[in-house]
Amino acid sequence: MASLIAGGIDCDVHPAVPHLTSLLPYLNDYWRDQVTTRGMVDLISQSYPQNSPINARPDWRPETGKPGESLSDMQRHVLDPFQLKHAICNPLYGVQMVFSEDLQAAFCRALNEWLVKEWLDRDSRLRGSIVIPTQSVEKAVAEIERCAEDRRFVQVLMLVMGDTPLGKRALWPIYEAAERLDLPIGIHAGSAYHNPPTAVGWGSYHIEDYVGQAQAFQTQLTSLIVEGVFAKYPRLKMVMLESGVSWIAPYLWRLHKFWRGVRMETPWVDRAPLELVRSNIRFSLQPFDAPPEPETLIRLFEHMQSDELVLFSTDYPHWQFDDQDALPEGLSPDLVRKIMIDNPHATYPRLT
Amino acid sequence: MNIQFRESQEAASPLTAKTAIADCDIHPARATRTELYPYLAKRWQHHLEVYGVHAYQGMMEGPPYPKAQPNASRRDAWPPEGGPQGSSLAFMQKQLLDPNNVQLGVLNPLNTGQGIRNHELSAALCSAINDWQIDKWTSKDKRLKASIVVGNEDGLSAAAEIRERAGDKNFVQVLLLSRNVEPLGQRRYWPIYQAAEEAGLPVGVHAFGFGGNPITPSGWPSYYIEEMVGHSQCQQSALASLVLEGVFERFPKLKMVMIEAGFGWAPSLAWRLDKAWKRLRSEVPHVKRPPSEYIREQVWWTTQPMEDPERREDLFDVIKWVGWDKLLFATDYPHWDYDEPSRVLPAGVSEANREAFYLGNAKKLYGIAA
Repeated sequence: MASLIAGGIDCDVHPAVPHLTSLLPYLNDYWRDQVTTRGMVDLISQSYPQNSPINARPDWRPETGKPGESLSDMQRHVLDPFQLKHAICNPLYGVQMVFSEDLQAAFCRALNEWLVKEWLDRDSRLRGSIVIPTQSVEKAVAEIERCAEDRRFVQVLMLVMGDTPLGKRALWPIYEAAERLDLPIGIHAGSAYHNPPTAVGWGSYHIEDYVGQAQAFQTQLTSLIVEGVFAKYPRLKMVMLESGVSWIAPYLWRLHKFWRGVRMETPWVDRAPLELVRSNIRFSLQPFDAPPEPETLIRLFEHMQSDELVLFSTDYPHWQFDDQDALPEGLSPDLVRKIMIDNPHATYPRLT
Repeated sequence: MNIQFRESQEAASPLTAKTAIADCDIHPARATRTELYPYLAKRWQHHLEVYGVHAYQGMMEGPPYPKAQPNASRRDAWPPEGGPQGSSLAFMQKQLLDPNNVQLGVLNPLNTGQGIRNHELSAALCSAINDWQIDKWTSKDKRLKASIVVGNEDGLSAAAEIRERAGDKNFVQVLLLSRNVEPLGQRRYWPIYQAAEEAGLPVGVHAFGFGGNPITPSGWPSYYIEEMVGHSQCQQSALASLVLEGVFERFPKLKMVMIEAGFGWAPSLAWRLDKAWKRLRSEVPHVKRPPSEYIREQVWWTTQPMEDPERREDLFDVIKWVGWDKLLFATDYPHWDYDEPSRVLPAGVSEANREAFYLGNAKKLYGIAA
């Protein structure tokens, strides 16, 4: 494996909310009462069943509780051994599945508060992503503005599968706020399950949902590009988190070809999709969904025609690699430095 | 209609008479609205007149995403005698088959009986389109071969249609579309695969169709380009379903052809499936081998719309990973995104690979004598 270097940025770690009751201290009286009297249960998404092998590396799985719920475990498993300067916390608690915008807004606010108090305040290496209630764009913007006052929030977090394609204009106030406040939009694997998790309906299996994340990222990139998000917000960065990377180049060849064919339909897309991706879109390293042979890896990076697209991630505590082998074989020392340090800094203005 | 037929397009392409090719995705059209009526019972003719077809989408006529051109077709493909593009055999011969030296042309009729909520009507229309393919096309030009179009949502009646046509040399494959009510690996579709395997016919899965699901996993997008690019994502999900439901394991002689959805994504999908399968195989014990093996052995790909990266080496990498023996050249005639045979493959390909790409793989797969 390529050698890790100290001082890197891990762009995708997942602190776990132990239980819905962990958020009670961060809810007001009304919502605390709602949660308890209505018997609301823990918000665990089908995207990540607790005991699924992919949800935690065997040696990162605690004897009790959820993988990723302990700060000392995260320190011991990833922050210390990888000698990280920063790790960006992307909570995957299932608040996006909630349909009521009021309840969702209360949960998101509580989740963000919980992240500050239980994680960011307790380890200075940690940075946070703002989880937003997308059932209401207005409330989402308000939550972004509220959290953004804390510079330790470096990103806004959304799921790759929600109610509508992410390029839709109704969502643009979120992007306006993010650009204005120096916050990239992180788009993470996972579904709100408000739509079937594939474009051809409901599959039978967890593995099918997981493999399907890559297709969801592809359709979202198309939506974001052709709706004109980056023409309108040219400084806005978006980071595809836990997206996989081996599909990027062939996907772009296809998008580019059709853009040349039917660009009259979306005339505001005045730069080639390839260029837009190079300037505005980034991808987290893990899961690195390519075969282990270095020669294939080298060709895949060649196909991307850029060494600026990929950002280091461990995807802690998800099981994407063993031991310290977060970097696949075949990366040059220059590329390792770009992936671990330069690219994340160029992406996240608040990481100073 | 402000579209002119351009005489210059009749000029022979540079490939004329040099290399024989197979065209594995040709779309024959009906010249008139009622052209299928002779093959339909009076009851269904009446039904169509009164109620039309109820698809799994809202438009009574035409597609929900307006195409880039009328009928998504080339502006030079209107037959001189009238009717929509692709509806005249004589003009198809003159514009496509003769100048390109097409030795084998596989017909994939669209807008048939597939994707219709009334399953009896669906079966009747599919059977009619199959009779029509013989009468209007394959019996009149021996280069052309038909696809058995089946009512996709009712596996049993679809299997009956396949068994009825099995052994008829006019047909070389069974045709499905990628977007159905459920992902294509689901059990409701297994009778189709079983019948196709028994008949020794590949199952072609052509991009398109409506099955009632939003065409992205995050809802309905806005634009035609999103639908077009999105066909590859739909196809990926359909293929993942076929692998993960164990269709290839259960029907080991089944051959599937991915039509008009690209192939550049195939290596990435196979790697991703393999990686996830290593972790999660206890959930799918019926998938006994790494997914990439089923895909490499049992799946073929038509080429159009051909991936065309800036650098040909990138294309050659991908073709090497997919397999030179698995690609089937296709033009998609008469559609606007037609691939011109002489232009799709860059220089630097061996004669053997070139021959396999343009003709050999298709003849072997579809059982056409050399």
